[in-house]
Amino acid sequence: MAKTDPIRHEIEQSQLGMNRRNFLSKASLGIGVAALSSLLGCNPFRRTGPISDTNQADMLSGILDAPHFAPKAKRVIYLFQSGGPSQLELLDYKPLLNKLNGEELPESVRNGQRLTGMTSNQESFPLAGSLYTFDQFGQNGTWVSELLPYTAQIVDELCIVRSMYTEAINHDPAITFFQTGSQQPGRPCMGSWLSYGLGSMNENLPTFTVLLSRGTGRKFGQPLYSRLWGNGFLHSLHQGVQFRSGKDPVLYLNNPEGIDSVSRRKMLDQLAALNARQFREYGDPEINSRIAQYEMAYRMQTSVPEVMDISDEPDYIYQMYGPEAMQPGSFAANCLLARRLAERDVRFIQLYHMGWDHHENLPSAVKNQARDVDQASAALVMDLKQRGMLDDTLVIWGGEFGRTNYSQGILTDTNYGRDHHPRCFTIWMAGGGIKPGLVYGETDDFGYNIVSKPVHVHDFQATMLHLLGIDHEQLTYKYQGRRFRLTDVHGKVVRDLLA
Amino acid sequence: MRNLAHEVFLFLTGCILLLAACTQNTEHNQAEQTPALPEIVDFNFHVKPILSDRCFKCHGPDPNTREAGLRLDTEEGAFAALGDTGERHAIIPKDTANSTILSRIYTQDPDDIMPPPESNLTLTEREKTIIRRWIEQGAEWKEHWSFIPPEKPEVPEIEDEDRASNEIDHFILARLEQEGLSPAPAAEAEKLLRRVSFDLTGLPPSIEEIEAFRNDHSEEAYAKIVDRLLSTDAYAEKMASHWMDIARYADTHGYQDDLERTMWPWRDWVIHAFRKNMPYDSFIVWQLAGDLLPNPTREQVIATAFNRNHKITQEGGVIPEEYRVEYVSDRTTTFGTAFLGLTLECAKCHDHKYDPVTQKDFYSLYAFFNNVPEVGLIEPYGAIPEPYIELTREEIEETLHFIRNLDTVDRIPLMVMEEMKTPRQAYILKRGAYDKQGEPVSPDTPEELPGFDESYPKNRLGLAKWLFDEKHPLTARVAVNRLWQQCFGQGIVSTSEDFGNQGALPSHPELLDWLAIKLMEENWDIRKMLKYIVLSSTYRQSTKVTAELLERDPENRLLARAPRLRLKAEMIRDHALAISGLLNPEIGGPSVKPYQPPGLWAETTGGGGGSTAKYVEDEGNKRYRRSLYTFWKRTVPPPNMMTFDAASRDLCTVRRQSTSTPLQALTLMNDPQIVEASRVLASRACEEKEVVNDRIRMMFQAATSRAPSEDELARLLAYYAEEKARFQENEGLAEALLSTGPYPQLFTENQPDVAALTVVANAIFNLDETISRG
Repeated sequence: MAKTDPIRHEIEQSQLGMNRRNFLSKASLGIGVAALSSLLGCNPFRRTGPISDTNQADMLSGILDAPHFAPKAKRVIYLFQSGGPSQLELLDYKPLLNKLNGEELPESVRNGQRLTGMTSNQESFPLAGSLYTFDQFGQNGTWVSELLPYTAQIVDELCIVRSMYTEAINHDPAITFFQTGSQQPGRPCMGSWLSYGLGSMNENLPTFTVLLSRGTGRKFGQPLYSRLWGNGFLHSLHQGVQFRSGKDPVLYLNNPEGIDSVSRRKMLDQLAALNARQFREYGDPEINSRIAQYEMAYRMQTSVPEVMDISDEPDYIYQMYGPEAMQPGSFAANCLLARRLAERDVRFIQLYHMGWDHHENLPSAVKNQARDVDQASAALVMDLKQRGMLDDTLVIWGGEFGRTNYSQGILTDTNYGRDHHPRCFTIWMAGGGIKPGLVYGETDDFGYNIVSKPVHVHDFQATMLHLLGIDHEQLTYKYQGRRFRLTDVHGKVVRDLLA
Repeated sequence: MRNLAHEVFLFLTGCILLLAACTQNTEHNQAEQTPALPEIVDFNFHVKPILSDRCFKCHGPDPNTREAGLRLDTEEGAFAALGDTGERHAIIPKDTANSTILSRIYTQDPDDIMPPPESNLTLTEREKTIIRRWIEQGAEWKEHWSFIPPEKPEVPEIEDEDRASNEIDHFILARLEQEGLSPAPAAEAEKLLRRVSFDLTGLPPSIEEIEAFRNDHSEEAYAKIVDRLLSTDAYAEKMASHWMDIARYADTHGYQDDLERTMWPWRDWVIHAFRKNMPYDSFIVWQLAGDLLPNPTREQVIATAFNRNHKITQEGGVIPEEYRVEYVSDRTTTFGTAFLGLTLECAKCHDHKYDPVTQKDFYSLYAFFNNVPEVGLIEPYGAIPEPYIELTREEIEETLHFIRNLDTVDRIPLMVMEEMKTPRQAYILKRGAYDKQGEPVSPDTPEELPGFDESYPKNRLGLAKWLFDEKHPLTARVAVNRLWQQCFGQGIVSTSEDFGNQGALPSHPELLDWLAIKLMEENWDIRKMLKYIVLSSTYRQSTKVTAELLERDPENRLLARAPRLRLKAEMIRDHALAISGLLNPEIGGPSVKPYQPPGLWAETTGGGGGSTAKYVEDEGNKRYRRSLYTFWKRTVPPPNMMTFDAASRDLCTVRRQSTSTPLQALTLMNDPQIVEASRVLASRACEEKEVVNDRIRMMFQAATSRAPSEDELARLLAYYAEEKARFQENEGLAEALLSTGPYPQLFTENQPDVAALTVVANAIFNLDETISRG
């Protein structure tokens, strides 16, 4: 390095160390870059010539030569709560609603707000107070619901944003908006943008992984779409790879019956030799890229089962995450897997927990749903902390919108429902350069409107990218003549949230 | 002088690398390439790409974001007097001292410099020099190339006439001569046959076809092959498969619960249209406005389902009008991408930032598609969205033979277009919001494009006629460019979806115009055009590339070699089915559900969706149909297709990526369909050949269309021997491998032999050459 820019130097050092560590520990798994390089007479991982759809041979480095500034977070674990969790039963305490329980939502509060087609025909909008009690926790006396006893215990680690708002009022557009910055399908999602921008920190696992679980609150109701982890118009190397419970954790990962890994290795050696012969004859650099991809695939065949096998976790870990962590495919098990993936420097680990769409029977549904996620979410944060990983891992917990302060359907003493509410909702974040012990933003006493420090979805995305060292206005991809960004043409970093 | 292509051709010498840098990936590769500055700077080819990309955002077509009253996208604006007193000018021809654009781009003052720092855009020294030199040379302004109607250019003369098979080669070779490059030698017979078979039919040639072609040395051998391929049903299916991307065809509605829909009769019509070689103009007119033709036939109405292939929501609680507006926008942008090669969607919320398309233009086009008696929400749940027709068994049997009704139902519903008696008033929607109506607009075409002839009706039929006005500058160019893309992997305009200011410039503008005119002269005969293209010497070159040529022309814009292309998703699977003998060649009918990994639909469903909540694999030989018939669930598309860059079918797609990823490797190694095909191919080899060498040779040739060399064969034999020993040691392993997939194991003798051969077949399926057409 001719010029030593201290920040850049720091970044490069940390990345170098990381890559080397992983590479050395895993070098025995595959043929390895060195051997491959000698076979091909060049390093297939090194980018040569211009990048195009057809010759982006370099699968490890991102489009940014270096982050725009020193990142606080190296990776993200996003615990997406799909369906729209009710902030009013969980993290946004509104005693006034209990006081006015059953009374009509004043028009002055609603103020012409658009309603979904599910309640817009309702004759009455009775305010519904939470059936669950709240108490104060942590150094700031943060109000947390009795439904989240474990989360309450770690509230000093969290930054709770009560003033999130979004533009969409229905699930499909709202989740798509959160993930891609646009309500209509077609754009890349967050994880794909990060893979494109920053590349991968390891050569054994995909850098963007996805884990799904189904909640017990409402078993069915709200679907997911594989486009939520799709690469949109970016190179398909950046698509999210779903890790599934069961015997084929990544699609087509397992060798067929009757073929073992020794046999597979032999095949790959023959393939590499035959492909290299083609390269010598035809000179197409794509052939080298393909050889490299086969080596990565082979390493995944070992590294994926290894990360998915949680039998080596000690008992205290299961106690932390709860007994459900032993049940493959549960949210708790996925949290534990998320930590294992984070340890292996997977950049973006996206969880989806379904079942938060409580239009009716909310009290029982939200209780079950909270029980699904409370202990494991808190355990994940503390587990990362005790491993020294919380500092550079950003954990995010939240859904696509909130829920109304009035009841959808009949309000009784023991039962009510809540419709979608985009105007305010609550998410929390922890680690990765986020200010701990902060409650940010405020909603009115009705829990209907934001009264201070609103955070738009694009602001949230800009802030997340900032923590990863990316200026959200500068990570762009030119497609159909236009430079696209995750934040479209909006978004500002919420500096108050930064540690 | 109107012949822009000819004029511009002269400027291209020595600028190929600039052209490469003008493609989508500009910002990624320009640092690595510093081509020589052009002697004579051309506005369209050198200057405007810079102005458009770095300046138009604030000094372009959109008045709402225009800064300092300066617009650089029109001649009038670029040379206008600026400031209160009008003494300043951005550009004064030949006057570099007083052209303020130059002082602003060359200044070091962060308050003054253009583009400003907050835009995150910069100009390279080379780009600044181009602008300065253009002003020095007189700042000649020119219209955007693609908006000038094509005129038939002179066919350039070349030194080596023998190398040319038709006019295409004259254009390509003239350029190569100027560059001092020679074309590649002709491809070997088997390579050429493989290439043309995949490009025209999506399927490989059989070993018999390869041998016959190798042994036929007559002059017409190749032309005969091309004629045969173009007359096959497989050709019609291949063309339909491209068209399904453009039409965003799917078997589900695409939002939330993603309910099933029945659009396959339209797909069968598309196959039918290509089979009878329907001229492109009728093909499009029917799809855009078949229902508005005088006394439309049933077939013409079926064609209009094209514009109902967009997504439709059933999500309870949405506001129907918001989604109806979205559907009309989708039709409008599809029209732009597919037929005009323009990114009209950029003008949905504001005037286009780069092209002369105003927001009013967008909503005036939108007005053509706004008069469908439809609602935005599917209600009740599972209903067929209006308007639709029902095709009866009788009419299918009597007149609509091309629809393959499997006798399961008496009436097949199909969503089609219909025009309301009283058109809906269309409005400019402010910021694109469905409920922010601005000025009312009536159906009209963009001002910068040819006028809308008064004789045309102001409806979709008039719009379709306008598209085929012989003075239309875009329709034929866009269409023929896609045919070129089909044969060369990339179009003469590499951004086949964008012929606007931000799109790539044509690598061979004269050739593009020649082809566009020819397409019109040949009465829009697609088959004839494809034949003309694949008969050129340019198409028939070898793909071999030297390191020097690769360095010189990495993107192969000059075509001094044929491109080596990875097969498309459908072709990869169809190829495996075809060479193993599994392929079921039936045509048309309801979409089928071949093998896919269990649980993919079930784990994401919300419980709704009916038939799309859980994937139920089909039985029997429905599993082995060509991939264009695979059921397409938009929210969870088939993973083996998506992994190989299939279009998601959310939106109109005219160009796919071609990538290389580890997931592709896993799919080819372990997808049970590929393993099953490996096993069936191995069995077939065992049945047909006695000796292992011959068996491997046969498999290799089936997969790559060529015989293996001795050393390749030796490698595969050695691998075979090792594997055979392993299977002999443990016969259970052989049996396990040979029971992959439901197809019966036909060759049951010597299981270790067959198993070892299966493993070799699997290796062959994974060769880069197997999934490429060279």
